[in-house]
Amino acid sequence: MAFRHPGGVGSGPLRDGTERELLVCAGGSCISSGEPAVFETLAALLARHGLSEKVKLVGTGCMGSCALGPIVRVLPDDVMYVRVRPEGAERIVAEHLVGGRVVEDMLYRDSDDAEPVRSPSEMPFFNRQQKIVLGNCGLIDAESIDEYVACDGYEALATALSEHAPEAVLEMVAASGLRGRGGAGFPAGRKWRMLADAPGPDKYIICNADEGDPGAFMDRSVLEGDPYSIVEAMTIAAYATGARKGYVYVRAEYPLAIRRLQIALDEARRAGFLGRRILGTDMTFGIELRVGAGAFVCGEETALMASVMGQRGMPKPRPPYPTQSGIHGAPTMINNVETYANIPPIIRNGPDWFRSIGTEGSPGTKVFALAGRIRHTGLVEVPMGTTLRELIFDIGGGVPDGHEFKAAQTGGPSGGCIPAQYLDIKLDFDSLQEVGSIMGSGGLVAMDDQSCMVDVARFFMDFCVEESCGKCPPCRVGTRQMCLMLDQIAAGEADADTIPKLESLADTVASASLCGLGMTAPNPILSTLRHFRDEYEAHVTERRCPALVCRRLIRYEIDYEKCRGCGLCARKCPTETIFRIGGEKKFRIEQSGCIQCGNCFEVCPFDAVVKK
Amino acid sequence: MPKPGTIESAISRSGLFTEPQERFKFQQLEAACQYFDDSEEALIQILHRAQEVFGYLRDDAVRFIARQLRLPLSRVYGVLSFYSFFSTVPKGRYTIMVCMGTACYVRGADKVLEQFEKELGIGVGQTTSDGMFTLQTARCIGACGLAPVAVIGDDVHSQIEPDDVAGVLKAYR
Repeated sequence: MAFRHPGGVGSGPLRDGTERELLVCAGGSCISSGEPAVFETLAALLARHGLSEKVKLVGTGCMGSCALGPIVRVLPDDVMYVRVRPEGAERIVAEHLVGGRVVEDMLYRDSDDAEPVRSPSEMPFFNRQQKIVLGNCGLIDAESIDEYVACDGYEALATALSEHAPEAVLEMVAASGLRGRGGAGFPAGRKWRMLADAPGPDKYIICNADEGDPGAFMDRSVLEGDPYSIVEAMTIAAYATGARKGYVYVRAEYPLAIRRLQIALDEARRAGFLGRRILGTDMTFGIELRVGAGAFVCGEETALMASVMGQRGMPKPRPPYPTQSGIHGAPTMINNVETYANIPPIIRNGPDWFRSIGTEGSPGTKVFALAGRIRHTGLVEVPMGTTLRELIFDIGGGVPDGHEFKAAQTGGPSGGCIPAQYLDIKLDFDSLQEVGSIMGSGGLVAMDDQSCMVDVARFFMDFCVEESCGKCPPCRVGTRQMCLMLDQIAAGEADADTIPKLESLADTVASASLCGLGMTAPNPILSTLRHFRDEYEAHVTERRCPALVCRRLIRYEIDYEKCRGCGLCARKCPTETIFRIGGEKKFRIEQSGCIQCGNCFEVCPFDAVVKK
Repeated sequence: MPKPGTIESAISRSGLFTEPQERFKFQQLEAACQYFDDSEEALIQILHRAQEVFGYLRDDAVRFIARQLRLPLSRVYGVLSFYSFFSTVPKGRYTIMVCMGTACYVRGADKVLEQFEKELGIGVGQTTSDGMFTLQTARCIGACGLAPVAVIGDDVHSQIEPDDVAGVLKAYR
């Protein structure tokens, strides 16, 4: 740990003999970009050069900048190499470690002719972040309990058990103002208090690691990069509320997270941080892993508990709330992964420190998963109150390839789209609600002029139709009907009644559904109608898709000037509706036969086919 | 007649594989049930293990679980049919999962899916006639920074484009 510590390079405990540390990002995304081969190459080369003792090689959790992976950082030089391949790994060892020269062409460059950047601290993507939840991610070996402890791990639990009564811990969490990070923003302190006040002795604590929102991977990175923080936080929660058993419910789509969590649970148990007589006290707390099986609705509290108990994941009416009656009818508290990840820092640094970050109504930071049409896709953690503009343009690098920003989708299928005129909105729980969206879990998908907002609404509604559990008619039938109406609009088959009917149905589904899935399913429709109504109108009254996305409404034409008469389009046309213009070499599309498949557009080598 | 609910009775009815192979599969399944103390709470975890061992949820494996856990068969089928991860039909040697999450969709995942359908000659949810590939969609696998993404077997193919599909499939044949 010689040079690594969230407190800053060089502030960690020293390890004799280590001259350098190589950190290789081994988060899920980088693994898929070829990290294992890079890691193995580095290990082999260090051995060959006799450097294995002097240079420590560590596979860490997610460093955040997915599009730049695989990433290798060299400490204490504070140099970051991006898009590293095994050949590049060879050069790092030979030229940098042995030869003492930084490999300039493997550094990050903002553009081809920009100056190379050595350290992440020189990039806004990194230096504008404030990492609390992601403090250890990208710095430590996620499977090593020793490295976790070396980075102040388990200090919070030890302090809580030795210096604070359970009541004091409850007060600290309440005073911090921490609000649930799963999407609802319910005050964590209040929820903990509800479980503490509930009658015992059987009480349960659950970590919701289902992260079903498409476009969200914040929790995944914490689970893969810093799993011990969740184990410690749940143990602190058990101490404060009197719970004796906990579950982590992880979605089956995260095999690496499942593996690392299992390792963390086993190691924590072995070290006396979990199980009986924790840290030598008479506290007993055990955690079991429960894997999901591909149901988005199981992210909902009551459905999640049903799934933990091995049943169909169908929600139940609330009240009773989980803290009144949950697992096997006993009081149960459910918190999101990111909420838990904030707990050890709050206990270590105090609630006032936490309050000093973020906004009055939403203290602390928020992890956002930047995805979609944005240059720097990946994970970032910023104080609440950061503006959308800062997030997308300063940190995210803006929209690539010269396209225009159109909307930011937040909150997944329960959220909404925020258009360009609200770019200066401060990201926190309350302000996002005012513009018709929600914070949600932190997934933020950037869209540009190539996205059609009707199509986006249809995408989310289709998702809800698939994932609806089927129990209540407003959701089961309502989502399907809304989807059919959106299909009509996208196909140019809507009439003057369609949009009013859609709005009315949306209101009904929102107010009459049994659970959060149905209640929020209409949000994407309602928000896109609110901010992009003109797009809907164009589809209905003009039978036109302004973004040229909705297939049936696109008109394909051949640009006479650009056409060279090669005939490729005609050969690829499935309905053979492209003909030579009489007496000429050039081609034209006979619209009556056109099924808007787009083949001609895809194959033309001269970009002569245009969409209108 | 072997006693119902025992490994012997399950094997004697299946006839699909060699007896030692079958026996071993059911032994693994029995071990999974015992690991969870035959608790009905662990039904989903046990179904995962069964699908791992058998490749899919074969009817006799499901009946075995029902007997071990002392649950009505309808309850077990009720649970496994709710969750999209579980399959009662054999899958291909490689399962192709094209991620259709928001980020992947915005980056053209639907076109990638179409290309897979074209190349394999099957639709979503189907398996190629040679038993090599099953094509499915996933709702989000959490690698949004590298959209669009397709997972084949255990390999994650990131930033995949329609033009890459033919080449990617070739590597698995």
